[in-house]
Amino acid sequence: MREKLATLARTLFRRRRARTDGGEATANPSGGFLSDQFVSSLPYWLPAFLIMGLAVYGAIFWNFLLSLTDFQQFGNPDYGHLDLGMYAKAFGDQVFLGALQNTFALLVSFTLCCLVVGLLIAILVDQKIRYENTFRTIYLLPMALSFVVTAQFWLWMYNKQNGVVNIILGAFGLGPYEWIGNPALVLGAVVFALIWQFSGYAMVVYLAGLRAIPTEQFEAARVDGATTLRMYWRVIIPQLKGATISASVVLMVFALKAFDFLYSLSGSYYPPKVGHPRDDDGPAGVQRRPPRVRGGDRHHAVRARARHHRTLSRLPIPGR
Amino acid sequence: MTDTTDSTGTDWRRVGLYAVLVLLVVFYLLPLWTGLMTSIKIDALSTAPFLPPAPSGFTAIHWTRAAHALAGGLVNSLILAIPGTILSALLGSMAAYGLTTLEWRYQIPVLVLFIAGIFIPYQAVLIPVSKFWAVYLPLGQYGAAVGIPKWLGDLTGLIITHVAYGIPICTLLFRTYYKDFSDEMVEAARLDGATTHRIYRRIILPLSVPMFAVTLIYQFTQIWNDLLFALVIVGPGKGAPVTVPLAQLGASLSDVGFGIRMAGAFVAALPTIIVYVLFGDQFAEGVST
Repeated sequence: MREKLATLARTLFRRRRARTDGGEATANPSGGFLSDQFVSSLPYWLPAFLIMGLAVYGAIFWNFLLSLTDFQQFGNPDYGHLDLGMYAKAFGDQVFLGALQNTFALLVSFTLCCLVVGLLIAILVDQKIRYENTFRTIYLLPMALSFVVTAQFWLWMYNKQNGVVNIILGAFGLGPYEWIGNPALVLGAVVFALIWQFSGYAMVVYLAGLRAIPTEQFEAARVDGATTLRMYWRVIIPQLKGATISASVVLMVFALKAFDFLYSLSGSYYPPKVGHPRDDDGPAGVQRRPPRVRGGDRHHAVRARARHHRTLSRLPIPGR
Repeated sequence: MTDTTDSTGTDWRRVGLYAVLVLLVVFYLLPLWTGLMTSIKIDALSTAPFLPPAPSGFTAIHWTRAAHALAGGLVNSLILAIPGTILSALLGSMAAYGLTTLEWRYQIPVLVLFIAGIFIPYQAVLIPVSKFWAVYLPLGQYGAAVGIPKWLGDLTGLIITHVAYGIPICTLLFRTYYKDFSDEMVEAARLDGATTHRIYRRIILPLSVPMFAVTLIYQFTQIWNDLLFALVIVGPGKGAPVTVPLAQLGASLSDVGFGIRMAGAFVAALPTIIVYVLFGDQFAEGVST
């Protein structure tokens, strides 16, 4: 994705240059704003642009506007009084700050570990191995699964008495640990499971990056007598900067989507719909726990502000 | 990239390499394997979780129960994912055509706006999206007024939402592909008097089939796997996609529930696993773009 953005930037630059030094006559087959090409292109991109623009930019703007009001869960927001009060409230709220801290810890540790694991596996897979496609397919498989699905598997893996993780650790005389229930361990356990799910993705991106490096560079480093470790550290890894940036951006987006995973680990609470009370067509026997957050004064606008960080609000707050 | 010398030392290195690769296979498959074994045991605790059951301890009851519990959700997910996938791929292909093959001056800034949409975390738009569907365009209620079940209306809202947030990535995938098309081909068609529409229908669309495979597979997995939008826009009940009841399945039971949970996880993941096994390469291409 990084490469693509770079190409875009280059195209943009080239066009500008063509216009300044080439003059109107050479060339712009594209012509001005109201050229035939522009008009005939409208039916193709405009519908998609309007839908996407409304959903992405419209919603972000609306969300920002809501965050300035005192809007609560039900009723209509009052757009007459806009202020930063909800931001002050959010940043004065221990639960929110703790969640923010947890989200940040997850984001950083998950992204870094995924990159390192992905790179190491990519280097191993790049050694002209047999059945490369099979290995690659297996390593990438967890990524095709839903967070809800992988959460079920890891809930069982982390089970205190009978989970595989504790059985393996038990073989070394450790444990058993309560992974999901223990505030000190749960964040690490979640990060580990997410690395399991997404390191294959980092591997695929790095593999593509490694393949793009000309073979001569590997050979030249060898001829110079560099050890394998040194060759990778000094020659190869610095060239994977583009792959690293593109992979980390996507991994961070996945880390924020980890809400699905965390919800499924604990979840049986269904949120009420915004704007009107939820209709009661839930399946029988569904437990409806009240939200865990304290007090009845949880303004919706605080949540609008907090939404990035809510992901981890169920996790413990270190140092509290 | 490897040592090509034939010394015995190198052989050992290869052995070590394959040993590590196989260990990694075990690591990536262990949770799935454990789940599969647990799902076919009468008593989840009769043997170690990753061992198969004793012949007398085998059962299919977890699978049938899970399939029964999730059947409605599976149907809803199909109603959701199939049109959602096709629509976002089609809109993405058209947008990429209008912004790549047809050339006009300010298309790059427009394209940048499209691509920036890829990086939006869903949480950032959750409240506006849910409020929009609940208050300003309650399709469920509109539908109910003309006799369409309410849940189908809600599900339609969810389809449109997924299409809207899927357009950016689909546009990028097609844009990358169309950029490599030769200008001469399109130019020649234009000189022959082909209209813009005809060029798209007769030249671009037939050539896009491989990219459609990549996009459809990627987008299908994304929509099928989503929980957050499903939870907020449709919620539990008749219209809920399979991820919603799955998160709930077996939660009220303790250890006893793991058999049905594991079976449920597989039932819900089956379509994506099938797609992945059949089209793994296209999936890899989709994610690495």
